[in-house]
Amino acid sequence: MPTSQVISRHVIAVIVDNEPGILARVVGLFSGRGYNIESLTVAEVSHARHQSRITIVTSGTTMVIEQIKAQLARLVPVHTVADLTVESPCIERELALIKVRCTGEERIEALRIADIFRARALDATHNSFVFELTGGTEKLDAFCSLMEPLGLVEISRTGVVAIARGPTAIGEAAAA
Amino acid sequence: MTAVIAPEAPATSATRTMTGAEMVMQALKDQGVEVIFGYPGGAVLPIYDALFKQNFVRHILVRHEQAAVHAAEGYARSTGKVGVVLVTSGPGATNAVTGLTDALMDSIPLVCLTGQVPTHLIGNDAFQECDTTGITRPCTKHNYLVKRIEDLPRVLHEAFTVASSGRPGPVVIDLPKDIQFATGPYESLVGRAHPTYRPRLDAEDALIDQALDHLVRAERPIIYGGGGIINAGPEASEALKEFVRLTGFPCTLTLMGLGAYPASDKQFLGMLGMHGTYEANLAMHHCDVMLNVGARFDDRVTGKLTAFSPNSTKIHVDIDPSSINKNVRVDLPIIGDAGRVLRRMVARWRERGLSARTDALPLWWGQIEEWRRRDCLSYRRSDSIIKPQYAIQRLFEKTKDRNVFITTEVGQHQMWAAQFFGFDKPNRWMTSGGLGTMGYGLPAAMGTQIAHPGATVIDIAGEASILMNIQELSTLVQYRLPVKVFILNNRWMGMVRQWQELLHGSRYSESYSEALPDFIKLADAFGATGLRATNPAELETVIDTMLATDGPVVCDIAVDEKENCFPMIPSGAGHHEMLLGPEDKADPVATEEGMVLV
Repeated sequence: MPTSQVISRHVIAVIVDNEPGILARVVGLFSGRGYNIESLTVAEVSHARHQSRITIVTSGTTMVIEQIKAQLARLVPVHTVADLTVESPCIERELALIKVRCTGEERIEALRIADIFRARALDATHNSFVFELTGGTEKLDAFCSLMEPLGLVEISRTGVVAIARGPTAIGEAAAA
Repeated sequence: MTAVIAPEAPATSATRTMTGAEMVMQALKDQGVEVIFGYPGGAVLPIYDALFKQNFVRHILVRHEQAAVHAAEGYARSTGKVGVVLVTSGPGATNAVTGLTDALMDSIPLVCLTGQVPTHLIGNDAFQECDTTGITRPCTKHNYLVKRIEDLPRVLHEAFTVASSGRPGPVVIDLPKDIQFATGPYESLVGRAHPTYRPRLDAEDALIDQALDHLVRAERPIIYGGGGIINAGPEASEALKEFVRLTGFPCTLTLMGLGAYPASDKQFLGMLGMHGTYEANLAMHHCDVMLNVGARFDDRVTGKLTAFSPNSTKIHVDIDPSSINKNVRVDLPIIGDAGRVLRRMVARWRERGLSARTDALPLWWGQIEEWRRRDCLSYRRSDSIIKPQYAIQRLFEKTKDRNVFITTEVGQHQMWAAQFFGFDKPNRWMTSGGLGTMGYGLPAAMGTQIAHPGATVIDIAGEASILMNIQELSTLVQYRLPVKVFILNNRWMGMVRQWQELLHGSRYSESYSEALPDFIKLADAFGATGLRATNPAELETVIDTMLATDGPVVCDIAVDEKENCFPMIPSGAGHHEMLLGPEDKADPVATEEGMVLV
């Protein structure tokens, strides 16, 4: 396969004005132009400046990823677009709340696995747990698949949030 | 964003207290707006009341909101100013959507004010309510819903900045009725820089020099210009002309770029693309260095992407970074304003004392002349029936020495106009390129005539397209706008029929214009003049009479019903696979692939 056709996964962080409709603008851009969204998270990060940060996990060829970044950057309320996958090594985290219903030996096994993954039990009844787990997407996937035969009944995940390693903040020129 | 002005801020000398509706009128005045196109309704009555009480902004009452937007487009495209539209909520806004999308696709600067139900009714399915910002989000450059009177002055002025800077486009401001009644402080913010939106206008000299290095080494160069040059103002067209003359390179233009380089000049190869000339398309296919200025490698221009100009180094100058590498991967992208970059190219070419390859360029021109000799636009003449191409040629000859502006509808007549009407200056050609909106031409001509009262404004139309906004004849008569409508009547939706003939086995499904009106009586009913020509001799008289008649004229020119538009690159084919005339048959393999394309 020529390199131009290789599809790769990218984590893109976008700083936007926290105004009504901004999320619809970003989501509409992705659906209207046929780009993938694997996950999308959004929350206000500066109350004083009325700014939110959107983290999007997407995939596409190099040309498509370049298009996605250029299209995002041309939205009027967008301040900064950063391709965290390309620009620097970055840390990705996701949080999951996982409900498992089980009794007896399976209950003990669920607790043991939770301990290995350093998941916390936030809620417990005689026949259920709610675990909280933080980590990379793969770790969360692995935990969920181990819980599956033990009585996994519900998952709530945040989607990926990410930040670059090192002292440079988003939108700053990389330190020399 | 927080409000720029606090609600309780004391009135300074620059700040005045007024209602939202008054702010709208004041902001239009401060922005230098002289004319707006609109249609009233319940949700904009306060603005119409404020309009009534002032006399600096002229309002043109259209007969349908779509026409208001196209008229504003014609006004904007022919002047370089921002076109302004005022419509009501609900159906007023939804009727404007086609025009807004048209303006987005063709990068036309517009500000469209829409009324909205009062803020406390939003979301209640109130009478004439629609989610205007939701509906127009994908068809505007930006849009606003103003929910606080304190935000209104900033939003009004910001809208003009966003619409007209960078790559221009339409901006919608949705104004709930209670905001129009509310009072607050107003301050003119004309020219205030936008906090985040800062398009890059100038390119670094290093990039300009790199581009010139490629061009100066080129054996088979070509300059391909687009609508971005028109948007960059008449100085950009001057700079293009200077650069083309300085280098001695051939130049071709897109449909939207016509007029950016004089059509009468020898270095002009004509329009390129699906119905472009043989020489322009072959020169694009065989060139070794391509300089694209302000064009976007549209699918009507490139044809089959894998076959598009396979062996060239491509330089792309565009103000919009998202245009770069969207369809065609380029070797040297340059982000900047077409005019500024071209002027810098002229300056650096001179400063560096460059000259084009004297060994190679004459050979390249020799090849181009050979392609030119194919005379790709030739057609079979007739003494008895009017050939559509001939009608345009006669119209061109007879209006050459006038101050003429041409608009078109969409279809065969549009392509013939592009091929046979020569434009030597920018801003003279108004056509719907990206969206391809039938019904664009008549209202666009209206807006153009408002901007240029003494000029000859002609809508070259088809009999099918013209019926899509025919109601605007009434507007023409009301404002005594002497627009001339030149209908090439072949009794078919010609381009649809042409595709059905070439690609669908001549099965003419629903493309015949059945039950056409008598256009002379129709013009008469509206209070305009109607004329008809059915043979070449009558054509001469009709054009002369049309030009000599004051007021709006509708000319029904009965042309050859079976004529097709050539040259043509069938969908899915490359530039080197052109059909030059009815004798050429589309390659069946390319046709299979092409059929699924539009």
